[in-house]
Amino acid sequence: MAGAATYEPGRVDWRLAAPLGLTYLAFFAAPLLILLAMSFAADDRFASFSADSWVKFWGDPFYRGVVYDTVWLGLIAVVATSILSYPIALLFISCGPRLRKLLIFIILLPLLTSVVIRTFAWIVILAREGVVNQTLISLGLTSAPLNLLQTELGLVIALTQIEMPLMLLPLVTVMQQINPSLSDASRALGGSKWRTFFRIILPLSLPGWIAGATLVFASATTAFISQTVIGGARLVYLPSLIWQQSMVVFDWPFAAVASVTLLVAVLSGVMLFSLLGRFARID
Amino acid sequence: MAHRSTVSDRSYSIVMGGLAALGILILVGPVIIVLLTSFTSSRVLTFPPPGFSLEWYAALFDPVKSGHIHSALANSLYVAAIATALAVLLATAAALAMARSRGASARALEASFMSPLILPGLSFGLAALMFFSILGFRPSINHLIAGHLVVIAPFVFRTTLASLSQFNPALLESSASLGAGRFYAFRRITLPIITPGIVAGGFLAFVASMDNVPVSLFLSNARTNMLPIRMWGMMETTLDVRVAAISGVIIIAVLVLMIVMDRLTGLTRRMSM
Repeated sequence: MAGAATYEPGRVDWRLAAPLGLTYLAFFAAPLLILLAMSFAADDRFASFSADSWVKFWGDPFYRGVVYDTVWLGLIAVVATSILSYPIALLFISCGPRLRKLLIFIILLPLLTSVVIRTFAWIVILAREGVVNQTLISLGLTSAPLNLLQTELGLVIALTQIEMPLMLLPLVTVMQQINPSLSDASRALGGSKWRTFFRIILPLSLPGWIAGATLVFASATTAFISQTVIGGARLVYLPSLIWQQSMVVFDWPFAAVASVTLLVAVLSGVMLFSLLGRFARID
Repeated sequence: MAHRSTVSDRSYSIVMGGLAALGILILVGPVIIVLLTSFTSSRVLTFPPPGFSLEWYAALFDPVKSGHIHSALANSLYVAAIATALAVLLATAAALAMARSRGASARALEASFMSPLILPGLSFGLAALMFFSILGFRPSINHLIAGHLVVIAPFVFRTTLASLSQFNPALLESSASLGAGRFYAFRRITLPIITPGIVAGGFLAFVASMDNVPVSLFLSNARTNMLPIRMWGMMETTLDVRVAAISGVIIIAVLVLMIVMDRLTGLTRRMSM
């Protein structure tokens, strides 16, 4: 039965997994180890080792503030994408196949058009003479154009669009698998639509939400282009700090500390989301 | 009682419907606005455009004015093509290796093969730059390919694994019992069944490579400039309207590719599985 050897249950065929595994070891694991080592180096030639860069980074309230702002940006992006993604996902599971197809196109199109383009679009929209300001002025809601670029609000609005597909795809996938008769039963037993949503759909869709929240958090905290172009020089997040320290100041050990910090921050967020899911499922 | 529930249900429909409409507007609006802006006759970016003109597309396609954009596009296409081809080979093999295994080692391996999706690209980009420079390599396009390969392989791995999970191994057993060799069975049975998954993953990987910023940011230089980095530069310094024209070309290309991919692989079905 040589033909079925590849599909034997419980076994990994290491000969087939090895090429990708070795590629990852050489070009993924090894660079990350170098990064970690560099964060403890005295200079970029590894002349000697010290924790100076770590002390310099964490001893300075400015850099601690940058870490806090970066994590906060990621969390806000998760909240904003969740609020808009659930209604779209609900629409998706309740509509017919043609509309479903259209919705998938609408979700995929922004995802597949470059991040740079989506950021560029938001410059056109949020600029002083942009669409939002023109609308607000013509409606008489404001007399002078608002400054939306280079603000956290503008960045969050842009990131919401940029990251929403990452929330929507896993959410839609999981919500499609929820048995519709559960919602029907809840309704027949007198549960309101709100109650049905919060007691049936929300808990059952949690695995999809966790997958989406993980991707959105990981992506929003590292969205270098959007952060620098829309946030401008006034808002500093870890990615622009890493860029500046490594390619402008050329302080590689310090840039490595910021990079490892970003890595740990993202991984902590990811673990927090999966932990949330585990608690919620016991409930 | 019944009245109260109708009010509540109506509020549900209004809130959810309103948010869904807002969400869809936010998703699609920017794409449409960029597309319309790219046809502006103005020298500055305004929406709605004051007049219609193709001058920015003409400037974009002019090799004298936009040669640096063309070479950045050529670099991006080259890196994406090679990295995608390698990712398809390596990730398909890895997915085949793990198709029916549910053990702890398989789970750990699966998580590590997917990990570049979660790990911050910027940390990895800097790490790759340090790695290559410590090994004493001069920056070259091969390093870009290696970096892109790691970042895009998870896309192929995921879609191929998904298509294998719906593959019935009894097909292989029956082909073996009918005397088919291992390679023959793979070529005639396994491969045709998982090809749509591989193609969809390859498409996503290619797009992800074309769009990759963090790795290209650190591993490209003036000679190996990549399209997203070049566009970022054009956005940072002057708000060049040609960026809108590049965006227009990419949006239309992606739309066409999406429709072709949907015909070929049922991309929309595959993404909502």
